[in-house]
Amino acid sequence: MLALILFYVFATFLVAGALGVITARNPVYSALFLVFSFINSAAIWLLMEAEFLAIVLVLVYVGAVMVLFLFVVMMLDINLAELRRGFTRFAWLGWLTALAVIAEVIGVVWRHGLGSLDVSGGFAGEPAHYSNTLALGKVLYTRYVYPFELAAVLLVVALVAAIALTLRHRPGLKSQDVSRQVAVRAGDRLRIVKGPAEKRS
Amino acid sequence: MHTQINHLLALWGQLPELLRTLIWILIITIGVILCVAFLTLWERKVIGWMQLRRGPNRVRILGMMPGLGQPFADVFKLLSKEVIVPSGSNKFLFGLAPALALIPALAAWAVIPLSPALVVSKANAGLLYLLALSSMGVYGIILAGWAANSKYAFLGAMRSAAQMVAYEIAMGFALVGVLMASGSMNLGAIVRHQEGGLFAWNWLWLFPMLVVYFISGVAETNRAPFDVAEGESEIVAGFHVEYSGIAFALFFLAEYANMILISALTAVLFFGGWLSPVAGYPLIGHTFLGDPSFFWLGLKIFVFLFLFLWFRATFPRYRYDQIMRLGWKALIPVTLVWIGVEMVMAVVHIGPWARPWFH
Repeated sequence: MLALILFYVFATFLVAGALGVITARNPVYSALFLVFSFINSAAIWLLMEAEFLAIVLVLVYVGAVMVLFLFVVMMLDINLAELRRGFTRFAWLGWLTALAVIAEVIGVVWRHGLGSLDVSGGFAGEPAHYSNTLALGKVLYTRYVYPFELAAVLLVVALVAAIALTLRHRPGLKSQDVSRQVAVRAGDRLRIVKGPAEKRS
Repeated sequence: MHTQINHLLALWGQLPELLRTLIWILIITIGVILCVAFLTLWERKVIGWMQLRRGPNRVRILGMMPGLGQPFADVFKLLSKEVIVPSGSNKFLFGLAPALALIPALAAWAVIPLSPALVVSKANAGLLYLLALSSMGVYGIILAGWAANSKYAFLGAMRSAAQMVAYEIAMGFALVGVLMASGSMNLGAIVRHQEGGLFAWNWLWLFPMLVVYFISGVAETNRAPFDVAEGESEIVAGFHVEYSGIAFALFFLAEYANMILISALTAVLFFGGWLSPVAGYPLIGHTFLGDPSFFWLGLKIFVFLFLFLWFRATFPRYRYDQIMRLGWKALIPVTLVWIGVEMVMAVVHIGPWARPWFH
């Protein structure tokens, strides 16, 4: 019963947060609403005993991706009037897409029939010492090891490409070479000169 | 007297679990906040002694121990000051930011095992939970910098965000090393797998990870020598420049609670948590000194906290590009190499991998 109440609370927050993302006028608020939605969906996953997915969602999306998003959004000087210019002209396209997605969802549910989607009983609970992370790790590194490695290679390629595309060498730039600065020794900079003491006149 | 204690314990057992957990949360939170209060005093005293000063020595408690009342005097002073909300600031986020900085710092204590029996949550994914929470602490700082509508605050927030994202990666890899050596993400299990005295703890076989973890921890808490986020000579006080009174105190509280947390985690992950360093040794190992207890954990936390203060008193501040270079080009490669070394050690079964739990 408590789980059901919690589910509805988090689900309401999640939908409200998601609505906030697309209705907020300030892009920083949009990003924060997205963070809020992520946290609520993580909470729903926790209710389903999928603690690995829940925590990784928070760790990756809330902790890293959205921080960088906020970073960019806060630095941008966004001209809202410029952005809104095409809004009414292309609104019909947006409505069409939205209707198509809704039609697809209804179609899938219709096809499988509402009767087969039994959500009242939930799913079988796992024993207390069951570790979600362990189970996931075992499957990922045995049965799905090739797809997993392929995904990893794909991500590395994307990473290298992103860096290579933005890396620009401008000639004649006066930047500091930190390695040389760190490697410097006092002996290179400072020469101690011994001189005879002056005689008192 | 004895029967009364038994009576109380029986009563405690009868309470519903939710209530018992709530009481534990309250006790631990208040304990952490009290520790923060005295840590600020200890910091000023230690730095004072290192710089041949006395530190705070005016406010007394019960007419004794000069300086001991200083934290309470500070708290009352900050409580009675006005909280100024700058014009043009975003009022809602401005108020929310200190809370967002403090909540993760306190929530992380839920999975820290204080003694063999004492932990609020024996979560299976405790290590992941800690990583997720420590990555959320940055929101308080970013929002504080942005909502204050001040250039200095914004610069400080941007510096701090980039720094925390960078050092989180090194920290995560160091935790992967601990995970490999313990075979569990439950912090209690991590401590139990280190049983067997000083040289069975993780620090010996994971020494590079320990160094990386602690340096990243200092950087994550924005403490000297990584405190460019509030570098007072360049950007006044960084992200909290517009905060005053008790709102400022909340940021302060969050920073010091994070310091205690990092120290506790270093003790738990690398120095056997509540385990005694002399356990299993002849003679003293069989006395009360060899027993695992909360006091060993407390002692270890105290030592690492002292390191934080020592760093602050003795190291000059890093330059910003050097911080980034250290994080990305020194700490992350070190952890990656050591994960490789750990793989080899696991294959040939030495160190922690020679223990019975590792098949």
